[in-house]
Formats: sequence, structure tokens, C-alpha cells
Amino acid sequence: MSTQGLDLQCRELVELVTDYLTGVMPASERARFEQHLLQCGSCRRYLGQMRTTIGLTGRLRDDAVPPPPVAAKLLDAFRRRKQGGAK
Amino acid sequence: MGTADADASDDLALFARLRDGDEAAFEALVRRHNSMLVRLARARGLDATAEEAAQDAWIEVLRCVDRFEGRSAVRTWLCGILVNVARAGARKEARSVPFSSLGADDSDANGASDTHEPAVDSSRFDLQDGPWTGHWAKPVPDWPTPESAALTTEMTVVVQRAIASLPSPQREVIVLRDVEDLSAEDVCGVLELSDGNQRVLLHRARSKVRAAVEHHFSDAISNAGKRSS
Repeated sequence: MSTQGLDLQCRELVELVTDYLTGVMPASERARFEQHLLQCGSCRRYLGQMRTTIGLTGRLRDDAVPPPPVAAKLLDAFRRRKQGGAK
Repeated sequence: MGTADADASDDLALFARLRDGDEAAFEALVRRHNSMLVRLARARGLDATAEEAAQDAWIEVLRCVDRFEGRSAVRTWLCGILVNVARAGARKEARSVPFSSLGADDSDANGASDTHEPAVDSSRFDLQDGPWTGHWAKPVPDWPTPESAALTTEMTVVVQRAIASLPSPQREVIVLRDVEDLSAEDVCGVLELSDGNQRVLLHRARSKVRAAVEHHFSDAISNAGKRSS
């Protein structure tokens, strides 16, 4: 049965993508997942789109703008702490 | 990986200098990590007061700088401080709310135990009994490849908006995992989530963001079709 790969429904597969990508899937389930992918172009595209989405999300960290100067409030807090000595 | 390791050891060096009272090291740490703390504060739903929450977190960092034991990366430790400061602030604001309802372990409130939230709308699947039950009713369409800088920027904006509209537990998890690149273990520690809940929240968040990008492209494709006809 599992050689067909399609005993796993597409609807089930989309719920397993994060487990698959984070590597927490047991080997037997992983084989079933990959067998399905071999047979199903839609699920291959779906998985690719999840990867693209994760990549795009990671881009949000690259702040295009340089950080603003450190707030005066924080520098004051730092200096006060230094004058008061470490508690 | 090499860069992340180098960054982490730079953080440790800066942190050691901060302990010795080096103001430049403090400034460097704030410049490096303030945007992360602001993003996390926003993800907690503190949109209007995110900058303020981040500042409060830095003041708390100064207060307990000697308590950092180096068991986690500096970045993870900073995220934990932000969460604690935000939680304390929320308690102060909501004194009338019973204390127990502010606990971090109420998984009902963070949406992870709600099972009625499929990654893909069920209408997309063949639901009739037969050999194709549960398989895609129509093929999943291709996305344009983000090869041009303009398209990548466009897609990134869609992703950013989609993340901003997520419920805050999902938003916090996707921000820490996929934006800040923290490990699952670190995210569980910072947000006090079980590994299973963390994964469910991440999966829901990613699935919704993917759906938003797909929606954006299907609009663009149908508009282009209209224009050309």
C-alpha cells in the first residue's frame, strides 16, 4: 500500500509539513511523506511554497534602515546604575 | 551558521564588557538587538507601546546583568527579559483580572489546542468518497519565482502584513522561530510553551502566511488576465 504513496492524503500531508521541515518526523512517516511527494506535483509545489514563505519571513530580520541612536533614557539609566554601583 | 556563531560570541564579549560598566558595549548591544525586542513586543500585541516595552526590558537588563549565567545565548536571554517585563506590565494594567488567567500555560487562550484550523481550507480538497478523497481538487498553482529584487520586496511586504494579522501567540512563535531564527527549544523556554504547542502554533502561522502570499498572487494573476483580455 505504502508503495503507492497516496495512502497519505494531500489534506493530511499539508498538516505535516512543519514536522517534516523541522525534522521531528519518525523515519517511517517520513518515508510515507516523501513517497507521496514523488507522486504528487501539487504537494511538491505546496512544500516549495512553504519553504519560500519561511525564507521570506527570515528576510524581515534584515533591517534595511540602520538602528536609531540609543534612547537617552537608556543611557541615563546606564549612567545612574554605574554611579550607584552594581547592586 | 558560522556567522551566527560569531555573532553569539560577539554578544558574549559585549555582555562581559557591559558587566564591567562599559557604556559603549551597552550601546552596541542595544543597537544590535533592540529591533528584535521591538518585534517581539509587537508580536505580543503591544503595537502602540512596543518601543517602550523594549526600553523597559533594557532597563531590566541593566538591573539583572549579573544574573546572566551564559546558559542560553544572549539573544534568547534578552527575549526572556522582554517577555517577563511585558507580562509584569500586563498584570499591572489588568489588576482586576484574576491572577490565574494571566498564566502562560493556558493553552486554550494561546490557540494551540483549537483543532479546527486547517493549514489549507478544506474546500481546496476533493471531499467526495472515492480514490481521490482528501487530494487536491485542483492542482496547486505555481508561484512566480522571486528572482527580481522588486518581486522579493513585494512578497516580503505581503509576508509582513500576514504576520501582523496573526493572533499573538502564533505571531510570537513565527517571529522568534522564522524571523529571529531561535531554536525550538529556546522558543519554548522564552514563551513557556510545550514543544508540541510550539510546533502547532508555528505550523498554523506558517500555513496562514503561505496562504496570504498565494492569495496575493492569485489576485495579481487574475488582474493581469483582466488587463490582457
